Amino acid sequence: MTAAGMRFVDEFRDREKARGVAAQIAKLCEPGRHYGLMEICGGHTHTIYKHGIEDYLPEAVQLVHGPGCPVCVIPMGRVDDAIWIAEQEGVTMTSFGDLLRVPGSRGSFLDAKARGCDIRMVYSPLDSLRIARDNPDRQVVFMAIGFETTTPSTAMTVLRAAAEGLENFSVFCNHVTIIPALQAILASPDLHIDGFIGPGHVSTVIGCEPYRFIAEERGRPFVVAGFEPLDILQSIQMLLLQLHEGRSEVENQYTRVVPWEGNQKALQAIDEVMEPRPTFEWRGLGWIPDSAMRLRERYARFDAERIFQVPATRVADPPACQCGEVLRGMIKPWECRVFGTACTPETPIGTCMVSSEGACAAYYNFGRFSRQRVRQASSA
Amino acid sequence: MCLGIPGEVVRLDAERPGMATVNVGGARREVNVMLVEEDRVGPGDWVLIHVGFALAKIDEEEARLTLSHLEEMGQAYRDELRAIAESRID
Repeated sequence: MTAAGMRFVDEFRDREKARGVAAQIAKLCEPGRHYGLMEICGGHTHTIYKHGIEDYLPEAVQLVHGPGCPVCVIPMGRVDDAIWIAEQEGVTMTSFGDLLRVPGSRGSFLDAKARGCDIRMVYSPLDSLRIARDNPDRQVVFMAIGFETTTPSTAMTVLRAAAEGLENFSVFCNHVTIIPALQAILASPDLHIDGFIGPGHVSTVIGCEPYRFIAEERGRPFVVAGFEPLDILQSIQMLLLQLHEGRSEVENQYTRVVPWEGNQKALQAIDEVMEPRPTFEWRGLGWIPDSAMRLRERYARFDAERIFQVPATRVADPPACQCGEVLRGMIKPWECRVFGTACTPETPIGTCMVSSEGACAAYYNFGRFSRQRVRQASSA
Repeated sequence: MCLGIPGEVVRLDAERPGMATVNVGGARREVNVMLVEEDRVGPGDWVLIHVGFALAKIDEEEARLTLSHLEEMGQAYRDELRAIAESRID
């Protein structure tokens, strides 16, 4: 790495600098007031626990983990449907590695693979396309998941399949959209959120404008943030400054990567290929209107849901699992009754323990929960 | 899947418009650059890659910063790099 590059890295890791921002955050806190700030993105949750960001914050500032981990919010029914497709004659199911261990009611993709299903891990939907091209006698299905960060890739892949006239490639579309999920969270009566740390990568695609209603209509400041520890601390400072000054705006802390207007070409690709579903089930959040995408009618021949007439399984989450409460920020991961005992990253019951960006896995892996326990015990 | 991984563009693929050879984590991979065409991405430029597609052009300093952040992630980053290594996009 160049000397200039090193300096830049150091600047974002500098503990002195972090303490300086933390001191400003403490100054902005009004006596007797508590601040609930939700970080939406699982990547931010990861940084917060990896770097112990909460250790820098005054007690009055509580970070609440949001639903922005796509693996964590996929309901069991969709996993069951995907496995059902994989079980059909002649089908090769392809999926991101993150999804292989996500439990459905009849086990995970890995379990289905052990039973003889042809399930392959891919890095990109374009890999699935290649597999389809190389195996004309197989029906190759791509299990598409993710927020707006991965949706454009699926859309571009469908466009490519259409241009090539491929007849054995389809998408089982589970793409979700962040704005309706935030609307659902804001409508939750028992949740106290004063401001949002906005997702970095999703905003690269959708830009900052779609969050305006949160600031202007719902009165919650919103700051799009980068993934470095200092990025997160600065975003918290920006949120508290807005609250202190009685402002409620959308601000972009992550201008290094996120353009205000997003990536228009990516949005156009999504709009060409997909449309919002009337409603979609989220693990822990329930059914949310317009919160997911499906393929448009004109791309129906690439839509696995239409080709295979999937059973549309409905499965209640396991009763012991409290992922829903974690995803809505109602409880801390370690307050779940199976956290770290029946549910661990090796044998996850809930999705929040599966993905490295899930709040439970982040707590578990970095041991931050011990401090939370102490804090809870002393305040009890 | 959620990780945005920086890569340095080595060359644009003349035969396949919209594709580029990109240096990612020390290995040369094919990446789709159609979504950053308006940024006039060329050799020596850095892009942030999500599941085989460049989604944003970034400067070198940001790329270094992101790479050091990813390296600290440990297993999740290693898994992603392995997935990229096994990927054959064309």
